[in-house]
Amino acid sequence: MNWIPVCPLPDLLPERGACALIGDEQVAVFRAHDGSLYAIGNQDPFSGAYILSRGIVGTRNGEPTVASPMHKQVFSLTSGVCLDEPGTVIPTFPIRVTMGMVEVSVK
Amino acid sequence: MTRVLIVGNGPSAHRLAETLTTRGFAGSVTILGEEPRGAYDRVALTSYLTEDRDLAYPEIPGVAVLVDTRVVSIEPAAKTVNGTIPYDVLVLATGSAPFVPPVPGRELDGCHVYRTIDDLDAIRASAKTATAGVVVGGGLLGLEAADALRGLGLKTHIVEMSPWLMPRQVDEGGGAVLKKHVESLGLTVHTSSGVTRIEGDDRVTGLLTPDRGVIDAQIVVFSAGIRPRDELARGAGLQVGERGGIVVDDGMRTSDPSIFAIGECALHDGQIYGLVAPCMTMAEVAADRIMGGAAAFTGADLSTKLKLLGVEVAQFGAMAGALDVTYLDPVAGVYKKLFVSDDASTLLGGICVGDAAPYATLRSFVGSELPAAPSDLLFSPTAVELPGDAPVCSCNNVTKNDVTAAIKEHDLTDVAGVKACTRAGTTCGSCLPLLKKILTESGVDTGSGLCEHFAHSRAELFTIVQVRGITTFTQLIDEHGTGRGCDICKPVVASILASLHNGHVLEGEQAALQDTNDHFLANLQKNGTYSIVPRIPGGEITPEKLIVIGEVARDFGLYTKITGGQRIDLFGARVEELPRIWRRLVDAGFESGHAYGKALRTVKSCVGSTWCRYGVQDSVTLAIDLELRYRGLRSPHKLKSGVSGCARECAEARSKDFGVIATEKGWNLYVGGNGGFTPRHADLLVQDVDTATLIRTIDRFLMFYIRTADRLQRTAAWLENLEGGLDRLREIVMDDALGICADLDAQMAAHIATYADEWRATLDDPVKLRRFVSFVNAPGTPDPSITFTTERDQIKPEILQVTSR
Repeated sequence: MNWIPVCPLPDLLPERGACALIGDEQVAVFRAHDGSLYAIGNQDPFSGAYILSRGIVGTRNGEPTVASPMHKQVFSLTSGVCLDEPGTVIPTFPIRVTMGMVEVSVK
Repeated sequence: MTRVLIVGNGPSAHRLAETLTTRGFAGSVTILGEEPRGAYDRVALTSYLTEDRDLAYPEIPGVAVLVDTRVVSIEPAAKTVNGTIPYDVLVLATGSAPFVPPVPGRELDGCHVYRTIDDLDAIRASAKTATAGVVVGGGLLGLEAADALRGLGLKTHIVEMSPWLMPRQVDEGGGAVLKKHVESLGLTVHTSSGVTRIEGDDRVTGLLTPDRGVIDAQIVVFSAGIRPRDELARGAGLQVGERGGIVVDDGMRTSDPSIFAIGECALHDGQIYGLVAPCMTMAEVAADRIMGGAAAFTGADLSTKLKLLGVEVAQFGAMAGALDVTYLDPVAGVYKKLFVSDDASTLLGGICVGDAAPYATLRSFVGSELPAAPSDLLFSPTAVELPGDAPVCSCNNVTKNDVTAAIKEHDLTDVAGVKACTRAGTTCGSCLPLLKKILTESGVDTGSGLCEHFAHSRAELFTIVQVRGITTFTQLIDEHGTGRGCDICKPVVASILASLHNGHVLEGEQAALQDTNDHFLANLQKNGTYSIVPRIPGGEITPEKLIVIGEVARDFGLYTKITGGQRIDLFGARVEELPRIWRRLVDAGFESGHAYGKALRTVKSCVGSTWCRYGVQDSVTLAIDLELRYRGLRSPHKLKSGVSGCARECAEARSKDFGVIATEKGWNLYVGGNGGFTPRHADLLVQDVDTATLIRTIDRFLMFYIRTADRLQRTAAWLENLEGGLDRLREIVMDDALGICADLDAQMAAHIATYADEWRATLDDPVKLRRFVSFVNAPGTPDPSITFTTERDQIKPEILQVTSR
């Protein structure tokens, strides 16, 4: 796996996202309240805008989620499935912390 | 055919006749009442004086009612009353009489009791020539009477022998909070006092106390307790109690098997019941027995919940216990206490003053295990699940199971349906929140809880945050919610925290609660860029500032449009450009216009009397003052305002949340207007007021709205749903009917004192500035997905590829 460093962990605020540009890929990275990290595609499939990193992070029935800031569709941070419209799925990416650095793998 | 004769025509008699009729009783039912009118709702007596309400109960078809008919004798052997009227079954529902202590002067003109509509008419007549009144007795009825005197415009005193008011319902701590409430309404309370004599020759001139001299008054109302009216029963040789009351068995039968007694005149197991709920139960038991049933009255819960003088008071279960948990907020006037067993596991009882929300749920847990931590029970009682056999409505003896069954059987979807099918909530109404909760538990969406994380409404959360002094979302959701929130509850909590504490919305954990607009202090547009609206108070702007806006728009290539609120919107800014744009604007004297927030937007104005030939007041100056006063005020939804300088209304103030229109004499204030999806003209709240009164009224209106509105509820919908509507709102903000105005004023003063421009504060904070990048790993790189074409010499976003199906 090809891990790309994104930012130091403290730059990620708990329950807030940030976007990383990796090649042509926009990856939204999130840090949940319990410290776990998630990476999904930044594009909102419903509006086409690259904004999911700016959504509100939360939970739905215990599952970590982000809501699109455009029209509020909610996506699972673990599976990328849109919980309001399960036919729509966005990409997810592996994410980890190495030596205090957040890293993402994009193929 | 059985002939049932009922003596007395109060609520118990009415309920008995009604129950017999609805259950298909085959005999005849006749009611004899001594009053000159039919049965009426005695519980709501005060509203007859203060609101001129018609209290009459509906007539019951098939029941003969003889008014003005006093029964003076019963002949049990002949089964007749007054020597002539025959019966097969006689029911005594003679009620009680007020107790008047044997003090000298009690027969003077101006001395009254408080029991019937005739009493109230007499009080009203006396009040015409009176300026002050004294109520003797500070119990439940005494406070009702005091409220009535106050409603008649009299300076009102209450004299109570005990050391605090309502000694049968509250303890000393609750009494102190209650006294403060009552005094804040202008009433004078004399506790630990009594009556030596009533002064006056033939009319009352005052009341002499043993220790506090003479209280000047022209009216005295005795409300020192009640005595059961058992004189007919005594005359007929029925068994009566040592201290009064007609002795009855569990079937409400007296010592003569053909004679029943119900209501306040009945003595059951050594106890007289003066509350409406047990009296209603007695009526139903008697009806069942008359029809051959075996229903039994086995005593009653003496819990009470009521609203007196605008204050909620509730008491349930025991008034003492090995341990107690007390919550006291002297500022808000709230006192809540739970009594628990020595191992802190069993609920024994409780007292509430100022906020009786825990009453409906907790009453049914008396004697059983505590369903949650006592502090949670005091704050979030509706979060507790009730057992099926828990009484929900004790006035009408309805359990949770009854309600659940009715919901299922009749496919009920709202509280009104439950009330119609079960009678629950039709008497005192204190169980209505519970009915809503049971509907929700039964899978009916009543929309009370905010989302899956909070079972509370926004207004309830506001109260929790305020009274518990909660400052973080994490504390709130840990203690009062579940999970980690969502895009619904987080912005609501962010707004509540901002309304109450007014810190920077991006400070600490609050940053994670904000919708993207508040998070970037700008408005998200369809292609992921943001728009920027600097504040232009009242729509007044200098040429220099106008030029700066033009230069900024030109230098950053922004699309420019004039808004409906007399401002200028700059579109197409990337996240990383926002701080540089703000820097230019702030340096030129601009600040955030809060176009992104659920907050005050603009105060639109016409040009007013300075220039306009028709203007009668300076609308521009007022609009600027209002906009600067309320800028940054976070609220349940956006707030818009307008000020017009004359009745021609060029500022369209009546389509605003609060609009002001100048008059020859001052200002008219309109509230609850709306454009948008459901247009609504604002309603006139106050007329011809001076500027100071106007501003004070708007302060209170806004703060009361912020406290009590639902999530995303504009003032228009809020006002339409407000119990009592515009009149009630006026009482609250003008007459301080809830005693909260000082609090509302202080809250607004705190907001004004702590306001700071969010743009400038962000520019001054390098940590906050670090968020304003498109890419965390490439801060200088613009987002390549954002592209523009040109239309009419300005930029226009290119259409984005939508990838969902």
